Amino acid sequence: MVQELDRVTIRFAGDSGDGMQLTGTQFTRTAAVYGNDIATLPDYPAEIRAPAGSLPGVSGFQISFSSSDIHTPGDAPDVLVAMNPAALKTNVGDLPPGGALIVNSDAFSSANLAKAGYASNPLTDGSLQAWTVFEIPISALNERSLDGLDMTSKQKDLTKNFFALGIMFWLYERSMDPTLKWITAKFGSKPVLAEANTRALKAGYAFGETTEIFHTHYRVKPANLPPGTYRNITGNEATALGMVAAAQLAQRPLFYGSYPITPASDILHQLSTYKHFGVKTFQAEDEIAAIGSAIGASYGGALGLTASSGPGIALKTEAMGLAVMVELPLVVIDVQRAGPSTGMPTKIEQSDLLQVMYGRNGDAPMPVVAPATPGECFDYAVEAWRIALKYMTPVAYLSDAFLATGSEPWKVPAVADLPSIAVDNWTDKDTFRPYLRDPETLARPWAVPGTPGLEHRIGGLEKADITGSISYDPDNHHRMTMLRHEKVANIANDIPDLQVYGPSRGDVLVLGWGSTYGALRSAVERLHADGKAVSHAQLRHLNPFPRNTGDVLGSFRRVLMPEVNMGQLRHLIRDRYLVDAIGLNKVRGKPFRIAEIEAAVRLLLDEDSSR
Amino acid sequence: MTDTLIPLTKKDFTSDQEVRWCPGCGDYSILAQTQKTMPDFGVPRENIVFISGIGCSGRLPYYMNTYGFHTIHGRAPTLATGLKAARPELMVWVITGDGDALSIGGNHVIHSMRRNVDIRLIMFNNRIYGLTKGQASPTSEFGKKTKSTPSGTVDTPIMPLSVALTAEATFVARSVDTQTEHLQETLFAAGNHRGSAFVEVLQNCNIFNDGAWRSFTDKDVRDDRMLVLKHGQPMVFGKEHDKGIRLRGLQPEVVELGDDVSMADVLVHDETDQALAYLLSRMFYPDFPVPVGVLHRTSRPTHDQLVTAQIDDAIAKSGKGDLSKLLFSGETWTVS
Repeated sequence: MVQELDRVTIRFAGDSGDGMQLTGTQFTRTAAVYGNDIATLPDYPAEIRAPAGSLPGVSGFQISFSSSDIHTPGDAPDVLVAMNPAALKTNVGDLPPGGALIVNSDAFSSANLAKAGYASNPLTDGSLQAWTVFEIPISALNERSLDGLDMTSKQKDLTKNFFALGIMFWLYERSMDPTLKWITAKFGSKPVLAEANTRALKAGYAFGETTEIFHTHYRVKPANLPPGTYRNITGNEATALGMVAAAQLAQRPLFYGSYPITPASDILHQLSTYKHFGVKTFQAEDEIAAIGSAIGASYGGALGLTASSGPGIALKTEAMGLAVMVELPLVVIDVQRAGPSTGMPTKIEQSDLLQVMYGRNGDAPMPVVAPATPGECFDYAVEAWRIALKYMTPVAYLSDAFLATGSEPWKVPAVADLPSIAVDNWTDKDTFRPYLRDPETLARPWAVPGTPGLEHRIGGLEKADITGSISYDPDNHHRMTMLRHEKVANIANDIPDLQVYGPSRGDVLVLGWGSTYGALRSAVERLHADGKAVSHAQLRHLNPFPRNTGDVLGSFRRVLMPEVNMGQLRHLIRDRYLVDAIGLNKVRGKPFRIAEIEAAVRLLLDEDSSR
Repeated sequence: MTDTLIPLTKKDFTSDQEVRWCPGCGDYSILAQTQKTMPDFGVPRENIVFISGIGCSGRLPYYMNTYGFHTIHGRAPTLATGLKAARPELMVWVITGDGDALSIGGNHVIHSMRRNVDIRLIMFNNRIYGLTKGQASPTSEFGKKTKSTPSGTVDTPIMPLSVALTAEATFVARSVDTQTEHLQETLFAAGNHRGSAFVEVLQNCNIFNDGAWRSFTDKDVRDDRMLVLKHGQPMVFGKEHDKGIRLRGLQPEVVELGDDVSMADVLVHDETDQALAYLLSRMFYPDFPVPVGVLHRTSRPTHDQLVTAQIDDAIAKSGKGDLSKLLFSGETWTVS
């Protein structure tokens, strides 16, 4: 029997050595290529290999795929695949009653049960009655399918995730082809491994097809996405591509100075493969050297780029101030994670906004942009550079762990449709003054070493307006401080208005920024279906704000600001617009659920109506 | 025709900024010798960049009529690394001090040296923090009483040249602010080196640490207390050229040339020998004469050369990157 569904959310959970991230990624690729809309949420521990079978060692990957437009990886899974007792214990609470639970019963040994803290076996003690449980001896079935291969039992066991994947492919009518192709490409030089993974996948699929366990399988039709060519993309991938695109559009080489840090390192890994684009990557000795080298490269006329996460941004702070002072183009990516200090490195939070806004000595304004979806990371990479180059300023680019590792279908842009962001270097020696500003943008000239006749000195000491000589003159410092402030504030005239989704006036505006976009938009869609006068707006430019922000805020009786922090954007909004915005703040290392946002809005609406 | 064909002079390298070091500071001499040496390289002014950190030495770029960047404390080598990687054709000098290079910026010095970044790092060593008015520095002698160490510092001083050598610098030298000709020669050698050059200049801070080096640099004693190194020459010193350095086991010793010790017993300087250079870097007054000159010079590919070669290789292998192809790469599907 085939049942048609609009949307399905699956969570794969297992030990961090069980290959759950790979399993999830393979399912994602397959769903994406099939044409579903998708959204994903990897959730993994910071430990590379926490003790096998332990609760902290559980790694999960949630994918939501749909035949209609979706914005989030789903509030709760419809199906949970649990590869061991620890995965069951840490995830089953998220599975709604009646949800399908597929477990690898072979992993429920007394040792594994003890590691997960189960006093009795949940598969037999009746504690899973609320769910539809499918117990499958995945390990044993998989090992049997690999009979005759020259592998140890342990090696064979490592392929059981593909057996599980095969089951899921059958259950949701998916083709195995993309994964089979991937296996060939990945294990081409290791025929035994290629054969083992192929067999495991096919055996799982055949198991689904031939056994009587599953009475139904499910069909989720392709989504009706706007015409175009698509690829599945994570935020970190889109960021890296966007940076390469910006360099091409600016017709300048990209220099990337970086120090490894979760969850930003993948940007370094990816950019280091783009050498044929002239991209120079530099793994520095520390975060400070990473940004220092980027500033040096920008001084030389390249696009100097650096990235980190909160702890690394803290170290880069002094150098960011230098970039503000010498007014050189620079982009600083902050892939935010849960803090403070080392915090929870792989978990989601958006709590570095005030750090990049204000975390510098002196009055050191810096533009801030924040993409809202994985795909948008591409657009805002180009936008960050447009601002940096046009205004000769460092720009902060805020991504986060959710955007960085989550994915969605991305409509690939035509290169011809991308904006031109090229700017010229100064060459005329007669009119050159190091701090003579463009009257419109207030940008100072970019005069790079190697240009005859423009030899000049810059640095962190305050400079005299126009001439750039060292100056301790009180009036000059005041003037230069105002100019630096005005230069950034004026960018408001050069960015798009804040878009409102829903009625332009109403009861509640749900205002957010960054990766909360999906949950906020979905909640407001639901409220619209219920006829509520609620709208959504997502700020992508956080400094300066779009010019119409104040008007938008003033058009709603209430402003609700959900943030995965203690209310950092709310501080800025209240400060700037004197609007009594209400916070919805959760810092659990996880993204908001749609239902949480919806409930908060309903609470506000109820409060108001009962007044 | 460009104006670079007219030979440049010291004046061409002197900026219009008023020099603001304390009267009598050793930095004046280092600046003058630097300005004097610059024309000898035949490099157009616009292709020369001076990058500095924080401290009295950090002001030097303002006084050079070249490109200059006065950065933040300890970080000059990092900016130099990025600039040089982006613009390999530039001649980049890093100006630093003992605090800037060996305290706050120690990490960057080590890593720029091991990478063989093509920079000439000139470290002014006055064994004190001057700009912040007299605190102990990482080269201050053990037990030294300063404003921040009224009972004497409890820290063993660092040996700058030993650090540079173990960090794999490809050029390591020492000179003295007051020995102008030797300083010019040393700067010239550093300037002509390709790769990471580390030059320690013993410099006098006449306000906070006056006479720090006088015990062996003063005219009347220096011949007996300093060892001027010359590649391929025996290590002989003394007013009468009557003393030498001999190796006993793995230890150097000072010997008097005479009936018992002949010239053949004296160590011959070999710049290419890193182990010998390390041994020299450990020699210091009063136990030994202080070696000056080029301790070590060797050659290996520079950081920017290696980075550029990888880019060239990648382009040779896969062709120049095509943005459209890149964006549409991976698994794509089309919705019509």
